Amino acid sequence: MSQLQYLAPSTIDDAVLALAASGARALSGGTDLLVQLRAGRMAPGAIVDLKRIEGISGIRQEGGAFIIGAATSGAVIGEHAALCRAWPGVVEAVNLIGSTQVQGRATMAGNLCNASPAADSVPALIAARAVCIIAGPGGRREAPVEDIVTAPGRTSLAQGEFIVAFRLPPRPARSSDAYLRLIPRTEMDIAVAGAGVSLTLDAEGRVSEAYVALGAVAPTALLVADAGAALVGGRLDEDSLSRLDAAARAACRPISDKRGTIEYRTKIAGVLARRAAQAAYQRASDQA
Amino acid sequence: MSKLHVSTVVNGDPVEFLADPAMTLLDVLRDELNLTGSKEGCGSGDCGACSVIVDDRLVCSCLMLAAEAEGRRVATIEGLAQGGQLHPLQQKFLEHAALQCGFCTPGLLMASKALLDVNPDPTETEVRYWLAGNLCRCTGYDKVVRAVMDAAAELRQERV
Ligand SMILES: Cc1cc2nc3c(=O)[nH]c(=O)nc-3n(C[C@H](O)[C@H](O)[C@H](O)COP(=O)(O)OP(=O)(O)OC[C@H]3O[C@@H](n4cnc5c(N)ncnc54)[C@H](O)[C@@H]3O)c2cc1C
Ligand code: FES
Ligand code: FES
Repeated sequence: MSQLQYLAPSTIDDAVLALAASGARALSGGTDLLVQLRAGRMAPGAIVDLKRIEGISGIRQEGGAFIIGAATSGAVIGEHAALCRAWPGVVEAVNLIGSTQVQGRATMAGNLCNASPAADSVPALIAARAVCIIAGPGGRREAPVEDIVTAPGRTSLAQGEFIVAFRLPPRPARSSDAYLRLIPRTEMDIAVAGAGVSLTLDAEGRVSEAYVALGAVAPTALLVADAGAALVGGRLDEDSLSRLDAAARAACRPISDKRGTIEYRTKIAGVLARRAAQAAYQRASDQA
Repeated sequence: MSKLHVSTVVNGDPVEFLADPAMTLLDVLRDELNLTGSKEGCGSGDCGACSVIVDDRLVCSCLMLAAEAEGRRVATIEGLAQGGQLHPLQQKFLEHAALQCGFCTPGLLMASKALLDVNPDPTETEVRYWLAGNLCRCTGYDKVVRAVMDAAAELRQERV
């Protein structure tokens, strides 16, 4: 007989209290948690459903920034026209997660905190310089997305802490982003490698700022500073693209498994970084 | 462990049930409410045989706790036909022979219903991507896709 408790607090403070108990687990869309629960891979004492907390779902704009509530589903994110215009790469990454059914429930917070190296939204969020707004027993704090996952299945969140929302920073003109992943088929699989690129162009069409993040090629998603720097100052000429490609490959520390070998993943990471950079560049140019 | 009391609406009717906290919505639909149309193919979100619509969103009922249904509206395959009259999707599935063993069919019908509710005029590509989370071992999908396209056309006719 299960000793599991189900709690659905309606305030952040009650959720922090519930999650501070040992063995408590946050529940958002449940598309990772319930699979693990049913497979017997974890046995929490309590499941704390965050979706009843007031204001935890939904998207709002605040001085040019987007605040995305932690329990907002992928489907809702994909339907938000202004967010799709400003952050097409983040939205396409989130919308790649699973099927229509999974999109109806899955969240970015769950994707991040499940801490899989192959989580699709994470490289896009890191490239976007997204920040997590976190509630916990010590009050509120903020942390960049790349600081959350510390190893496969592990996060830096303390007992009682959970993500309340993500903030995507205000976007200068001529900015865009893109996320690409490779899977052996077109739907319903786990990334062999993934690459997110976010960039801003100056009035002459030169890259003035660029961030590159890779997924599934290391124990955690990687922000690759050299790869972003390779793009700055150029117009995505072959020289800067090949430096981007080399920097992306150099950052990879992948494993070999049934989805791909170390060599294959490394090569593909470079290719995807190039193509994501080109897609983001095209989108940013189209705004001019 | 004490059971949770859950009040919800299933296919338009208010329903109350007691659920163990670990029970999924699919468990309750099938084993408590005797709504056995929704199937369990995998229990892990991969096959879509358990698809139901919760507050206008298509979800896998195997990946939702029954307790989460509190105050929600749940639509299952049992509510698709109206007063003995098959829904156009069901009629077209029959006409196009879009089912063989039928195990996937309730899920495919609910997924198709959710699509046509938001997109009455989908392209074939849109139908195929929307239904990518519904696995069928028998039909090879072509007949399913044709049935959905045909039902969409008929529903558009009915609207004018
Ligand atoms: C059929 C199927 C296909 C899938 N395909 C993909 C795919 O293509 N790409 C991909 O990346 N993933 C995929 N997934 C995995 C999963 O859907 C995603 O990781 C999803 O984003 C998880 O979000 P969730 O809200 O359902 O998380 P949940 O299952 O609710 O939670 C996941 C983890 O995060 C923790 N958590 C949840 N919310 C918070 C919060 N606010 N603060 C702190 N911790 C929290 C939970 O305690 C749990 O440990 C797939 C899953 C299925 C079942
Ligand atoms: S039984 Fe739910 S997706 Fe297979
Ligand atoms: S008809 Fe048999 S699985 Fe689809």
